[in-house]
Amino acid sequence: MRFDLLPHAPVIVPLAFLVGAMLAVLGTLFRPRWAQPLAVAVSAFATLVAAGGLVHVLAEGTIRYQLAGWRPPLGIELVMDPLSAFLTLLMAGVGLLVLIHSRPIVPRELPGRETAFYAASLLLLGGLCGLVLTGDLFNLYVFIEIVSLSSYALLGIGSKRAPFSAFRYLVMGTTAGSLYLLGLACIYMRTGTLNMADFAAIVPEVADQVPVQIGVVLLLTGLALKSALFPLHGWLPDAYTDGGSTATALIAPIGTKAALYAMLRVTYFLLGPALVADGALVADVIAYLGAAGILWGSFLAMSQRELKRMLAYSSVAQVGYIALGIGLASGYGFIGAVLHIVNHACMKACLFLVSGNLRQVVHHSYLPNIDSSVRRKMPWSMAAFSVAAVSMIGLPPTAGFFSKWYLALGTVEQGRWVLLASLLISTLLNAVYFVRVFEQIYLRPAREGAGGRPASGEAPLSMVVPTVVFAVLLLVLGVGNALLVDHLLLPMLGGGAS
Amino acid sequence: MIESMTPLFAVLTPLLAIPLIVAARRMPDVRESFTIMAALAAFALVASLVTQVDANTLVGSGSWEVVAGIELNLRVDQTGLYFGLIASGLWLVTCFYSIGYVRAHDEKNQTRYFASFAACVGSTLGVAFAGNLVTFLVFYEMLSLATYPLVIHSESPKAIRSGRKYLTYALTAGVLLMAAVIWTGVTVGNFDFKPGGIIEPDMLDAGSMRVLFLLFLAGVGVKAGLMPLHGWLPAAMVAPTPVSALLHAVAVVKSGVFGIIRVVGFVFGPETMHLYGLDGLLVFVAGTTIVLASCIALRQDNLKRRLAYSTVGHLSYIVLGIALLSRDGFAGGMLHMVNHATMKITLFFCAGAIMVHLHKDRVSQLDGIGRAMPWTMGAFAIGALGLAGVPPVNGFLSKWLLCEGATDIALIVLLTSGLLNAAYFFPIVHRAFFRAPSEEVAAKGEAPTIMVVPICFVAGLSVGLFFWPDLFLGMARDVAAAVFGKGAA
Repeated sequence: MRFDLLPHAPVIVPLAFLVGAMLAVLGTLFRPRWAQPLAVAVSAFATLVAAGGLVHVLAEGTIRYQLAGWRPPLGIELVMDPLSAFLTLLMAGVGLLVLIHSRPIVPRELPGRETAFYAASLLLLGGLCGLVLTGDLFNLYVFIEIVSLSSYALLGIGSKRAPFSAFRYLVMGTTAGSLYLLGLACIYMRTGTLNMADFAAIVPEVADQVPVQIGVVLLLTGLALKSALFPLHGWLPDAYTDGGSTATALIAPIGTKAALYAMLRVTYFLLGPALVADGALVADVIAYLGAAGILWGSFLAMSQRELKRMLAYSSVAQVGYIALGIGLASGYGFIGAVLHIVNHACMKACLFLVSGNLRQVVHHSYLPNIDSSVRRKMPWSMAAFSVAAVSMIGLPPTAGFFSKWYLALGTVEQGRWVLLASLLISTLLNAVYFVRVFEQIYLRPAREGAGGRPASGEAPLSMVVPTVVFAVLLLVLGVGNALLVDHLLLPMLGGGAS
Repeated sequence: MIESMTPLFAVLTPLLAIPLIVAARRMPDVRESFTIMAALAAFALVASLVTQVDANTLVGSGSWEVVAGIELNLRVDQTGLYFGLIASGLWLVTCFYSIGYVRAHDEKNQTRYFASFAACVGSTLGVAFAGNLVTFLVFYEMLSLATYPLVIHSESPKAIRSGRKYLTYALTAGVLLMAAVIWTGVTVGNFDFKPGGIIEPDMLDAGSMRVLFLLFLAGVGVKAGLMPLHGWLPAAMVAPTPVSALLHAVAVVKSGVFGIIRVVGFVFGPETMHLYGLDGLLVFVAGTTIVLASCIALRQDNLKRRLAYSTVGHLSYIVLGIALLSRDGFAGGMLHMVNHATMKITLFFCAGAIMVHLHKDRVSQLDGIGRAMPWTMGAFAIGALGLAGVPPVNGFLSKWLLCEGATDIALIVLLTSGLLNAAYFFPIVHRAFFRAPSEEVAAKGEAPTIMVVPICFVAGLSVGLFFWPDLFLGMARDVAAAVFGKGAA
């Protein structure tokens, strides 16, 4: 009898990563060279299963997977619906590309610690996939903590200052986790269930009770802190700047999204947009904090002289975009937020990989020292950078334009001109700091002496290919976002939200 | 509506030529042949639409739905075809001229130059053929982006400064246009262009209507060079001359003007425009721009800057014609789109020929060059006469139509500007032909043939369109009839 793998995809994907992480520790402790191939193999397998799972879900409908046969609400349930299936694929896919890219970096940046690094990476990816798939609020907390713990570890083994930055992240993250748990407890007092589907059915009955309201606020505050939503973003720039290239390339594009995705789930599918919009205040606060984060992050990004730090501040801004979409609590807001999660994952991954390539080839990513000699050495990386930067600015035909478009539609639909203005202004601010880099890469003449040095050429193929793949993905997502919206997002809106 | 892939192919042809151009970067002759083939193909595709599109028939390439209710589509109506013909036709001419120019001038980064040029033309055709506001916006933004590498082409500090200025204007405009488009979409419920407009007078209150119009005006007015949004255009003259010729006299700036045609005729519609006094605002802005730009042009010694300010003025002729909200004015404005294109491209081509051949870029250095370069300067004289509105050059016709549609004040503006045009162009012609050449100039002959032939061709085209204006005039009148069909004037 043929064993059909795909219906089990929801459990196989996170499990593959978790088992992989253990294997990495056990199997490669004395053979650190094997750690990277192992990690790549595990993520490739998980990506394939996730892709298969997506196809299966689109064809056969949502998979509800009950662990150990316990029926919800007692047991823990994993739910693979079109949205979570797609995001699982995104997490696994981005992870795969970044891990391929890491081959030359990790032994150079973290000699002797490959095993620990790859084990933590796989743990992170497993946590992310589990978080996306879970159908249980407490289980969600567990996965968030798995993601956070592995993030601390990944960021902590970077440069000399990294442990301090990571410690700050740890304090913030733990506070956030406690807030979430506290909020969950408050809600549980009244609902008596942790299963998301159950919960969504019960919430309208108890929504006007004080403990539930306090619980929701605590829970969302915790998630906001985790996702570095303004003004709780302070820990992020340091942690990203001091972390290793691969660690940031994993955590910035997909790691931060974990909490945002949880926020999206809670607001759209548990509380429901109608409820969120009625309770107005919570949604408004999220939206306006998002807008403030967009402007603040963009302003600070403009004054950064180190590429990774600039990208870190730009992440604060991009988190704001997604929060704004969540806070709109409307169909367009939802589409915009999810598309931006996807787009930003690809854009930021691409940009951080380019900064990794820079560190590999010219050994720094300090903007004032970058000139056109860099472009001549690394034409492909720089081309990828350009595409990603154009997408960050949000110009067609790249992906960034379309998520911005939906968000803007959402703001106009509700007549929220302040939010619209912040979106539009941030476009211009993004343009300022990325065009500055463009000018340096393409137009600033190479310094004297730089031409005389033998050009070491483009980064190794294993680094260039993932970078370029992300750039191409941005164009594909730009032209093909109709498919995403029609097949993945609109069905979700029909079923869960409206 | 006829379903056909022709509009899509017309837009894609120049874009698909880009990888070929880049791939052939080490073989200049092959690379240039790709450019020429793409230009020929694009023009042929656009021209083939002439027989299919008429007042009642559109040609569309289906649509690519972004999300329910929002779609990207290419749908060619007469307005779009009109602009597409101008852009693709003159690109073909400019291709040949460009090749002569960059080689004679020994420009660096020629591959980037030709690739960006193709990207610009593809985006322009997209703007022309866009069937709704979303598509228009997408291509409009792509055009902004594609022009940037051409503005900074020389990579000098001045060019980089101009590039920044250009991007600041263009991106700000793009953002405002995006706000306007979204607002319109949310108000009306769809984004489609419709002759006579989609915004009914009662859809918004008076204040919102005016803000919305101002957003649109700022969005498309930057490219159309409306004062005070024109600052980037003279600065962008640091670009190579063929760029100034095709993009900053035809494709890019006319995309802005075309945007105004779309906004006035196909989004707001004459009725709404008039009801809220928006036409008066537009007449005022355009009229002021015409007079001021002409005055500033008088004082420019740099030939290309003088031409740039003249462009700013003439673009506003078109805007003025549209703002008049009369059939003749509208048709005259549209006719001026093609006429100004042929004449101004002639003048820029001449300026470029003078620059690469004699290395002169100031009006005060042009003494006697007509003796050395009789064909070039002869063509220049034709263009100058035409822009001042003297028959038998096509500029006369559009100006005549504009005057017929004009109100008193507009008439005064047009006539004053005609005199000013004469005042800033004729001295150049006078210098070139009636002053003694310096020895250096006298020793030189005519510019390279590959440049002179396109120059004479566009000059001839300007005269030809005076005698046979029927194709463009007919289309312009049809569009005006469609826009004003609902009633008024």
